[in-house]
Amino acid sequence: MVNRDRGPVAEISLLNVTKRFRGGSVAVENVSLTVERGEFVTFLGPSGCGKSTLLKLVSGLSPVSEGEVQVNGMTPVNARELIGFIFQDATLLPWRTVAENVGLGLELEYAARTLRKERVEKMLELVGLQNVGRMYPRQLSGGMKMRVSIARALVARPRILLMDEPFAALDEMTRDRLNEELLRLYAEHRWTVLFVTHSVSEAVFLSTRIVILAPHPGRIAHELKIDLPWPRTAETRESLQFEEAVTHATRLLRGVHSA
Amino acid sequence: MKKRGLLVLNSAAVLACLLALWQLVIWLNHLPAYILPGPLAVANAVRYRYPSLLQSLQITAIEAAGGLLASIVVGVAIAMVFAQWRWLRQTLYPYMILLQTVPIVAIAPLIINWAGAGIFPVAILTFIICLAPIIANTTQGLISVDENLVHLFLMYKASPAQVLFKLRLPNALPNFFTGIRISAGISVIGGITGELFAGSTRVGVGGLGYSIIYASNQMEIAYLFALVCAATVLGFAFFFAVMFLEWLALHNWHESSRPQTSD
Repeated sequence: MVNRDRGPVAEISLLNVTKRFRGGSVAVENVSLTVERGEFVTFLGPSGCGKSTLLKLVSGLSPVSEGEVQVNGMTPVNARELIGFIFQDATLLPWRTVAENVGLGLELEYAARTLRKERVEKMLELVGLQNVGRMYPRQLSGGMKMRVSIARALVARPRILLMDEPFAALDEMTRDRLNEELLRLYAEHRWTVLFVTHSVSEAVFLSTRIVILAPHPGRIAHELKIDLPWPRTAETRESLQFEEAVTHATRLLRGVHSA
Repeated sequence: MKKRGLLVLNSAAVLACLLALWQLVIWLNHLPAYILPGPLAVANAVRYRYPSLLQSLQITAIEAAGGLLASIVVGVAIAMVFAQWRWLRQTLYPYMILLQTVPIVAIAPLIINWAGAGIFPVAILTFIICLAPIIANTTQGLISVDENLVHLFLMYKASPAQVLFKLRLPNALPNFFTGIRISAGISVIGGITGELFAGSTRVGVGGLGYSIIYASNQMEIAYLFALVCAATVLGFAFFFAVMFLEWLALHNWHESSRPQTSD
């Protein structure tokens, strides 16, 4: 059974994890990381540092070459029902309406139709899309599509969210607003989040901890606790403390780039 | 809506002008009907030969539709197998190209040798030439699924059947219809070509291809024209039927059925 106590057990742990691709290139090498329940950990780093690969390893979509990954004490594949994966680009099914996209996970596990409808409606309301349930993805803006994608992940009530550059394709205003909404939901649900981004300010704004990765091969270069007060809102971005944290993280990241 | 009506009207006007010009050329040059019949002579042929024309049209329609439907059923089944096993797809791919390149006029006598004459062997011929486009396009649609969508289904622990029916098949619909559109066009051609060789089991009754040979031998050139027109109409009907089904299936979500201009 799933361990639902608030014990000291790590939600996600990577122990000396190495991932080699066929052909020999090394995506990540000897990465060890422990993530406690409720942490918001962001992987930050230049391209080629294996950020997305780490998410694939934690979700079991890609097997490790060496080392061990555990999610709630289980193998990643066994822990899948705890995990919601949010991809870069919304990856919606274009032939399904918004509501049908959100209900996909419940449908695939044969949940009853009435339950599905109820949960989907509630979830659409939560992400502010109650009026577009019958529309098709192509009728939506990029930001709205991403909300649908988030709603789809949340409807299965995951404890862990893996987010692979979810807002990378959006304009800055939309991205900032979605960041704020994500934190509002995070405060309510207290998931454990692994988030991948290129953006330093996004990483600082969202995270409790930032893991800066170095490329070729991907490895952990720095870890950085972010002690900005909660709740974080639009004003947080204007605070001196935020500026300092961004500057600090940028400096560390620059070091990784020039190395 | 108003614009579309005007467009149809324009096309009809062009047709009327062409027909009038054609008739005028006949009258001015005193061309006899056995060299080039005018539209009036063709219309007359249609009037007098109406029952046999309709029967020929019906026979060809049955052959083409039967062959096409069979190729859709078999083609989709083969595409599903191809999509599942890469090695099988790669092994059998050359044979599919063979299927596509074999000239129908060359194999028609063979099929007749084995299956006799009549509607059934012609439908088999149609089936053979319709098969390759359906397989090729549907397979393409089944395998070109966004990798992240496959990952999404994996995260939901979807069964292989769920991946097939809820992801791969819907994803293949646009390609599938491209295949059908190609095959619908050649199915009528296949039917008529088949009939040139094996159109009838009885003298005087057969599909359009058979009747074309018959009219040609009898020097009934006006009727020959009528038959050619009937064949064209049949091709059009198939084309529009497929277009309509495609629109039904895709207009809600697919880019191809989006209006080109927004006015």
